[in-house]
Amino acid sequence: MDLPVWQALYEELRPRGFVVVTVALDRDPEDARPWIERARPSHPTLIDPRHVVADLYHVVNVPTSVWLDETGRIARPQDVAFGTDTFRHVTGLASAPYLAALRAWVTGEVPPLTAAEVRACLSLPTPPDQAARTEFALGRWLFEQGRVEAAARHFDEAGALAPHDFTIRRGTMPMRGIDPMGPAFRSMFEAWREAGQPYYRPLPGP
Amino acid sequence: MAVSPATRFTILDDWRLVEVPARIGDGRVWLGPDEAWILAGQGAGPEDVDLADLAASLGRPLALDVPERAAFLGIAAETRGRALASLEAPDFTLPDLDRRPHALSAQRGRKVLLVAYASW
Repeated sequence: MDLPVWQALYEELRPRGFVVVTVALDRDPEDARPWIERARPSHPTLIDPRHVVADLYHVVNVPTSVWLDETGRIARPQDVAFGTDTFRHVTGLASAPYLAALRAWVTGEVPPLTAAEVRACLSLPTPPDQAARTEFALGRWLFEQGRVEAAARHFDEAGALAPHDFTIRRGTMPMRGIDPMGPAFRSMFEAWREAGQPYYRPLPGP
Repeated sequence: MAVSPATRFTILDDWRLVEVPARIGDGRVWLGPDEAWILAGQGAGPEDVDLADLAASLGRPLALDVPERAAFLGIAAETRGRALASLEAPDFTLPDLDRRPHALSAQRGRKVLLVAYASW
């Protein structure tokens, strides 16, 4: 979990007009609490069990980051962002170039991407993606009402519509009594890898 | 076709909760014209409206659970895509661990790193 890195970056770059907003796509605030309390954050650390941010920003896995400029415009689209190298052996992604690019953007050493460059790299939802989010949302609401079995039906349906969306398929495992680190996750991960790892799109470099 | 007398049905219009009377039959949900108007925000005829047809006419995805008497009216891919492509950051308000609400737009004037993560 990279929260301590994001907090340190916030402390470092705050005088340059920078803030971090972290959003936990967790089943329950208590699932996120230990991670948040350990990081002792002073930046906003928000909880999003209904996946409002995943829906608005088309987030299909975690961690995903988006950069927003001072005027509230998207300056860098959805991207995999690791603050540490904990998962480098799995993802092949190093954190250092990302952190360097982020610093350079905040301090203005490097010009931001143009609007055309940002648009070219934006990941946009398809109709099946939004159908999946809608099934997820009904499932989530039923889960909140304690109608757990009905909820699971809609989570399954959502996963069938968007088989490579980790926020839906893996993110609902704790609500279906499935271990999100177990065989169900590994088989999903393998299928995603065989599909060419659709989530990791190369963006214009740091 | 056997259609039930009006029963209470929950529709979540992108999380806005609307309780409506509905008639159910054949796996379909029928709303009266007034209820359809609440959801569609436009004039409807005097006939009852099939909820699935209503969602289709709005171009919005629908998740339906007839036995649970509940449905969710989602947001179309085109709507979400257009909003993202405008590059205007979609605003939201979410709580922190102490249930204090935070609006993204309150950060206007600063550069923001928005990070979605999870414990799973």
